[in-house]
Amino acid sequence: MRFFKNIITLLSVFSMIFLTGTTMAQAKAKAKPLKIGSILAVTGPASFLGDPELKTLKMYIAEINAKGGINGHKIEFVHYDTKGKAKEAKNFVNRLIKKDKVDIIIGGTTSGNSLAVIDLVQRAKVPFISLAGSIKIVEPVKKWVFKTPHTDKMAAEKIFTDMKKRGIKKVALITGNGGFDKSGRAQCLAMAPKYGIKIVADEQYDNADTDMTTQLTKIRATDAQAILNFGFGKAPAIVAKNIKQLGIKLPVYESHGVASKKFIELAGAAANGIRLPAAALIVADQLPANDPQKKVLLAYKKKFEAKYGPVSTFGGHAYDALFITVDAVKRAGSIDRAKIRDEIEKTHGFVGTGGIFNMSPTDHLGLNLSAFKMIEIQNGNWKLLY
Amino acid sequence: MDQLLQFLISGLTVGSIYALVALGFSIIYNASDVVNFAQGEFVMIGAMSAIFMLKAGLSYPVAAFLSIALTAAVGLALEKFAIEPAKNATVVTTIIITIGASIFLRGAALLIWGKEIYGLPPFTSNNPIRIGNATILPQNLWVMLGTAVAVLAVKYFFDRTRMGKAILACSFNKKAAYLVGINVKRMLLVSYGLSAALGAAAGLLVTPITFMSYGSGVMLGLKGFCAAILGGMGNSMGAVLGGLLLGIIETVGAGFISSGYKDAIAFFVILIVLFVKPSGILGKEEAERV
Repeated sequence: MRFFKNIITLLSVFSMIFLTGTTMAQAKAKAKPLKIGSILAVTGPASFLGDPELKTLKMYIAEINAKGGINGHKIEFVHYDTKGKAKEAKNFVNRLIKKDKVDIIIGGTTSGNSLAVIDLVQRAKVPFISLAGSIKIVEPVKKWVFKTPHTDKMAAEKIFTDMKKRGIKKVALITGNGGFDKSGRAQCLAMAPKYGIKIVADEQYDNADTDMTTQLTKIRATDAQAILNFGFGKAPAIVAKNIKQLGIKLPVYESHGVASKKFIELAGAAANGIRLPAAALIVADQLPANDPQKKVLLAYKKKFEAKYGPVSTFGGHAYDALFITVDAVKRAGSIDRAKIRDEIEKTHGFVGTGGIFNMSPTDHLGLNLSAFKMIEIQNGNWKLLY
Repeated sequence: MDQLLQFLISGLTVGSIYALVALGFSIIYNASDVVNFAQGEFVMIGAMSAIFMLKAGLSYPVAAFLSIALTAAVGLALEKFAIEPAKNATVVTTIIITIGASIFLRGAALLIWGKEIYGLPPFTSNNPIRIGNATILPQNLWVMLGTAVAVLAVKYFFDRTRMGKAILACSFNKKAAYLVGINVKRMLLVSYGLSAALGAAAGLLVTPITFMSYGSGVMLGLKGFCAAILGGMGNSMGAVLGGLLLGIIETVGAGFISSGYKDAIAFFVILIVLFVKPSGILGKEEAERV
């Protein structure tokens, strides 16, 4: 026991020396560092979102620092893993604000985590760029809160736009029981009337379920002209397979939640013909050469894949948040929280991975429907429709 | 009517998966009155190791055999290093140890195989078979066949073989079993190994339908546990009956009442059954030892 105690004391002494060493070194640098804090769900159920987000942030911050920082301000990055838990998110944001005294916070991987910390950042007057989907994060507009990912509302609208084009008027909805699914379901139900679409079935499943033929049998008995499945993870792949098993020939739509190669791999041949809205990243090489996003997307993809393997749209949200911040700091010419906030709000024509951002005092997301591409799965691959 | 047929077939499909997992609980329960909450993890380890052996280029039968053997080894190790050292622990303590083991195994699987979801190719064709207006996948039939074979094997093992009877004897009275010359320690070890092997086989059978990731064992284990409780813990026929019933209650409930309340309906029925007959449908009424 004593041996271990000694080691621990020794270690803490070393780490203190190391820490004071680094802070002293930083004090010597010319400009004060820009402190970016982040809370991401790197482990836990939302890890597939948080993991690429953290990797993206780390990779680009290292690159920016290697190039001398932003206007001479090196970036100091403080990260905490929320494991997807709202309570942890709150604790860590408190720590980021009070103890680490960060200038801006990027993160809140899930909608639950992001919504949980809005009050804290609003009160402390710290700019916060969320990486989560829910529209509630920026609607109504909160002074200090921004976000970069597309919303479920946009996904629903994009799908209904496409359905309208094909003359589909009656839709069967099938969704899971997770937060993403439930929020998506609510948006679908709310948006459908706007596009003259009637929801004729509203079925639900548990995300851990192994079979959805029951729900789909009920859908088969309705007069629906298309099936819309709003979900992510393995469940939509099971839905796709079950649709094929039951011999249902209706057009099938999925949400942006399945915009990963994993879905095609799991659903196999059953994935063919399914349409979904997704960020341009997954079809970057199919974009026309004059598309302003193409260069950004291919550069991000190449860089990420060289270091970590297959790219996902989720890491792209972190890329957008980081470079919106970088641009804002450049324009502000200062690392004052209020000035950074003002400049983020003035973001105009920023070409990111998620789309072209035009923020304003009434729009803290700044993306429109064109940021989503309509994609069809053909022969086990993504095909950009428009 | 068409709908009802499909609901029943879907129910049997889901139910046979639950039944197969539920069977795994009965062996360890019969040996030591312990509910092994790591049973779902055995299912997951069996499936995940087979998936990665296939990826490494092994043939399907070889990968299946090796993954069952590997999972059995994990089961043996669990008994040897976690259960046996706590030999004087009460049943409740041992159950808590198995919960700890399940968390450990899940974490280890996360580190080894990552967070991704994987599938296995079906054993035979993937074309649905038509029965009237309802359809069923060939793999579902494999699951049902697997369940039937497993239940008969388990029943035969406990009713007809010396070792099965010896394991049962250990659960009734460890000391008496020891006195008549049964190696109690070894019986317990065997029961964990067999249970893990059965779990792995279940994992192989269900993965082409359900997919698998490091965390999938939790829900499968939980549903299997519910099925086992419903049918009567420790009774292999009960496990099958409980599994099939649970599956049918879920699908018929989802089909005719509401898919949003599917699990609630199932749990409600389980509660009612346990209220009327606490030992489960086929469970033995047991006098509480005071």
